[in-house]
Amino acid sequence: MLVDIQDAKKTYQGASGQVLAVDGVSLSVDGGEFVAVQGPSGCGKSTMLLLAGGLLAPESGSVQIAGEDPYALTADARSKFRADNIGFVFQQFHLVPYLSVLDNVLAPSIATGSPGADQRARELIDQFGLSHRLEHTPGELSSGERQRAALARALLNEPKVMLADEPTGNLDTENATEVLKHLRDFASAGGAVLLVTHDAQAAAAAARVIHLRDGKLDTATEA
Amino acid sequence: MSVWRLVLREMKHRKANFVLSLLSVTVAIACLVGAQTLLRSDEIQTETILAEKQVEIESAITKREEAVAAAGEALEDSVRKDMLKLGFNVLIVPENQDLSELHLNGTLTETMPESYVDKLANSKIVTINHLLPSVTKRVAWPEKDIDVIVQGTRGEVPIMHRGLKKPLLDAVPPGTMVVGYQIHSKLGLKADDKVTLLGKEFTVKTLHPERGSSDDVTVWIDLAEAQKMLGMENVINAILALECGCTGDRISQIREEIAGVLPGTNVIEKHSQALTRAESRAKAKVAAETALQAEQEAGQAALARETKSRTDIQNQRAGLVGILVPLVLIGCALWIGFLAFGNVRQRNSEIGILRAIGLSSNQVLAIFLVKAGLIGLIGGIIGAAVGVLIGIQFGSLPPSGDTLQRIFATSAVFMTVVLAPLLAPIFSAIASWLPAQMAAGRDPALVLQAE
Repeated sequence: MLVDIQDAKKTYQGASGQVLAVDGVSLSVDGGEFVAVQGPSGCGKSTMLLLAGGLLAPESGSVQIAGEDPYALTADARSKFRADNIGFVFQQFHLVPYLSVLDNVLAPSIATGSPGADQRARELIDQFGLSHRLEHTPGELSSGERQRAALARALLNEPKVMLADEPTGNLDTENATEVLKHLRDFASAGGAVLLVTHDAQAAAAAARVIHLRDGKLDTATEA
Repeated sequence: MSVWRLVLREMKHRKANFVLSLLSVTVAIACLVGAQTLLRSDEIQTETILAEKQVEIESAITKREEAVAAAGEALEDSVRKDMLKLGFNVLIVPENQDLSELHLNGTLTETMPESYVDKLANSKIVTINHLLPSVTKRVAWPEKDIDVIVQGTRGEVPIMHRGLKKPLLDAVPPGTMVVGYQIHSKLGLKADDKVTLLGKEFTVKTLHPERGSSDDVTVWIDLAEAQKMLGMENVINAILALECGCTGDRISQIREEIAGVLPGTNVIEKHSQALTRAESRAKAKVAAETALQAEQEAGQAALARETKSRTDIQNQRAGLVGILVPLVLIGCALWIGFLAFGNVRQRNSEIGILRAIGLSSNQVLAIFLVKAGLIGLIGGIIGAAVGVLIGIQFGSLPPSGDTLQRIFATSAVFMTVVLAPLLAPIFSAIASWLPAQMAAGRDPALVLQAE
């Protein structure tokens, strides 16, 4: 099991008191699986993604990624763990604005220092059809190109798990379809994909859809 | 991809932040180096002024010394000449000689061995010169029917430990006679006349002009002849001498010295008026030397005052620099910190995503500190160069290679200029430390949630 969340709880201090963002959620995603998490705004989707990404420790319950509890690691070891095992894709792309496409894709290699990163980055950029944009900065790219660059960055260190938070939210249908295709390809190659989305069409690309409501698992259906 | 590359790209991207940060470091280092250079420039100028002043004072004193020395030599020469003109002014006589006889008759009756003069000449005496042994006796010149003083002399005996000096008067050769004014004018004598005295014939060698003393009634003949004629073989009545240009109680000094060599003698000083004049001159010389010493002291005091004045000015400037430079450094450090803080805020999202994709907090810290260090290095180099230029431009020395060399000759300035580019990165990193720590401590989950 690449992602294994068991009875995880997470609360926030809101303006009107404590808010239970994730309330005893259990979720497992195996290698080769593409799972979508759907639910209304504020239902805890993004919090669950952060829990699964080793970025937000649960107050109770457990999180295992690739068989290891990232929250049992030191902060720096957890960072390295993320670099080695998890790829992130966000709705806002979160590309570094002053770096070229190539440098953005290479950014995770600062953490790992892995040799051959440059070659792999160029291959990914080629694979995502951005070879002609190699030295362009994000400001010079279209939304679809930016998200593809973000996808390439997420894949640089060959992660086992891909976490995508509304990756198609800012894309047109064509680009959204292409991004979802790449996520499916990742899963087909043996990776685990956890996609958080409002978009039913995007969720439909997943093999399994999980619904969250008020921080709780509502229902799960096979796509 | 490396932290360096990321830092360089970011600096290129956010030029305003980079330029303002660089400016702050440059100002801080330029202020530090410039202040050091200015102080050193002042120091060099002070050294130059004081050296010139020293030379000026020394030159004036040397000239004055030379003038005093020349005046002293002239004075001594003048005194010597006066003494020489006056002739012998010290008379050494046997201790039991009745001096009233000398004063009343101009003659002496007591004797002492002639060898005394050689004993004196071979001693180390310093208070007298020109020793002249003599016998003196008042006799009736039967052939001419007048009374005369016969004085026998043998010429001066040189003092052995001194160099030979020109005699004050020439010896009277045997068979000749030197005649005083009253005698030759009364007897109508001329040079080369033949005269007989006490049965012995003499040729008149010299006729003295009037002197207004017992010399006018004196005839001088060879000492040995006089001793034989007067029955005074191997004895003398007196030793005439010329005292040196001593000051103070001369006669006591001479008496003391001669008593050590010739016990049983007495020393009489003559011609005190001239000696008084010589004493006045000697006093004038002492006064001139005192004035010279006062001038030397005044010169040194003036130099000390100038040194103190320059040192005070330098201390004041150093004090001002000691306050201003730290203030500028603190101001620049705060400004660098403020800019770094702004940079961290501006890069909030970037920090979040970098942390999410695996960069550790130390790597994020490094991104900000490397940037600060790089800005410090560049700013340090530019600031050091600008500081030196400002220091020279606003310093009191002409801008030249020689000035640079003199300024850098001091290890303090040299070390400041060399160390500034090395210390500036540390300065910049310290100023950016808190914002960098803040960036490193950012929780990526919070950042991503906020986004």
